[in-house]
Amino acid sequence: MGGVYLSVARGAFRRYSTYRAATLAGTVTNTVFGVILASTMLALWRARPGLGGYDAAQAVTYIWISQGLLVTVAVWGGGFQDDLQARFRSGDIAVDLYRPVDFQGWWLATDLGRAGYQLLTRGALPMLAGAALFDLVLPADPLVWAEFLLSVALAVVVSFGLRFLATLTGFWLHESEGVRAAMTVVSMFFSGMLLPLALFPGLLGDLARVLPFSAMVQLPTDVLLRRRTGTGLLALYGFQLAWGAALLAIGRAGQALAVRRVVVQGG
Amino acid sequence: MAEHPGTVARAGWAVRSWWLITGMWVRSTMAYRASFAISLAANTLITFLDFAVLLLMFSHTRQLAGWTLAETGFLYGTSSVALGAANVLVGSVGGLGERVRSGSLDTMLIRPAPALAQLAAERFSLRRLGRLVQAFAVLGWSLTALDVHWSWDRVLMVPVLLLCGTVIFCALFVGCSCVQFWWGDAAELQNAVTYGGATVLQYPPTVFARELVAGTVFGVPLAFVNWLPALHVLGRSDPLGLPVAFRFASPLAAALCVLAAGLAWRAGLRAYRSTGS
Repeated sequence: MGGVYLSVARGAFRRYSTYRAATLAGTVTNTVFGVILASTMLALWRARPGLGGYDAAQAVTYIWISQGLLVTVAVWGGGFQDDLQARFRSGDIAVDLYRPVDFQGWWLATDLGRAGYQLLTRGALPMLAGAALFDLVLPADPLVWAEFLLSVALAVVVSFGLRFLATLTGFWLHESEGVRAAMTVVSMFFSGMLLPLALFPGLLGDLARVLPFSAMVQLPTDVLLRRRTGTGLLALYGFQLAWGAALLAIGRAGQALAVRRVVVQGG
Repeated sequence: MAEHPGTVARAGWAVRSWWLITGMWVRSTMAYRASFAISLAANTLITFLDFAVLLLMFSHTRQLAGWTLAETGFLYGTSSVALGAANVLVGSVGGLGERVRSGSLDTMLIRPAPALAQLAAERFSLRRLGRLVQAFAVLGWSLTALDVHWSWDRVLMVPVLLLCGTVIFCALFVGCSCVQFWWGDAAELQNAVTYGGATVLQYPPTVFARELVAGTVFGVPLAFVNWLPALHVLGRSDPLGLPVAFRFASPLAAALCVLAAGLAWRAGLRAYRSTGS
């Protein structure tokens, strides 16, 4: 049974690898935004050295890691979401529900395959560009990179859980574009994509740290910048796992409710 | 103009086509009035999170690269108004690659209305007004918070700046989307220039390396949207030390951008070969 999901994931990986022009264009976009945000961070850290427990080089590194994660973790939305929304509109969703595989599992497998390809391209290439243009502090220890990869995988699961819920609203609203646009802005802000969460003051900071969005960008960068080690690292994985499992469970319950509402076009 | 007697009439027809198609999409949106009201309100509120990042940065420092929050707010507001207005007017041209791929561009080419006007109005989304509302609110706030002596030339400069900025961003939207005539799925390149460009302009020019600032003056002419005219409005010195005339050159830059975008569109349309041919 697991073999099905593995080949679905492999198929998604191969599918995305055929969009070469899109990958190149996207890499350029990530690099442009990396340069912009890294410059603003340098200006802020020149005024306030050591802000939030980062030195200037770490703050710049934070920005480049987060640019690498943007598309891999789909903070901006997209991936399976585009396909699924189109299938709501066309009515093909009925075919998906008939398949002898788990609906949620199928789409999770495609998303993991997509994330794998994008980590290798749109994750790695902007980071290389960033390393060429700025002074970055990246670990030499391969173990830290392995810990980082595990954290990224969990980040993709949390992100999938959130996007799956947003897409499910399509069962009721027929059009989940508005919900999706709202979630994009919220997750950009609360994931730490625009600014490290350590810079959020008081209650806002506390809120940002308990919401699932922090598991998408802030926590993987914490691992690579070695801000969380030992038991702190285990707690970090625990947080990501707990949110991932909770979101998948809510998604499953929502799906069970939603399926009862399906009225296929023409029927 | 003698050999092109129809130029003005053609432009008028293009605007009218845009207006008619837009009206059609607005009517279709208004069929779900409550849904529209909610999504516009949500969009406006949520785009404030974007500005919140700037507020958070300034909660840790009084000045960013020598600029105050009010001055940076002026840059943020002007850049976002220009981008937001351009996005409302022609933002849909980014869907060109999809139309080339699916072949539906052909349908537009045989209709008796200019293809560019149709493409710009296609799937017109009133929700995009949310961003514009937020941008005007930030700009309005910054104008009251700025410590500037409002002489008549500075007051006049603000609407001219917004107008030229909008034209420049419109030209960038159209010009960059023409790449998709040749390179169908490179839609994101356009984002790097338009959204990336707007983000650059939200921050003081002193934040960035001199090469990047020079690139926005002599390369992609983003600096003419707000950086250069803002130097005059805010009474600041130019980090590049350019002649003062550059601060007033936005209308010229906007005209050149429109010309370049027009040429790119024509070249793209001429190179277009329909799917399957």
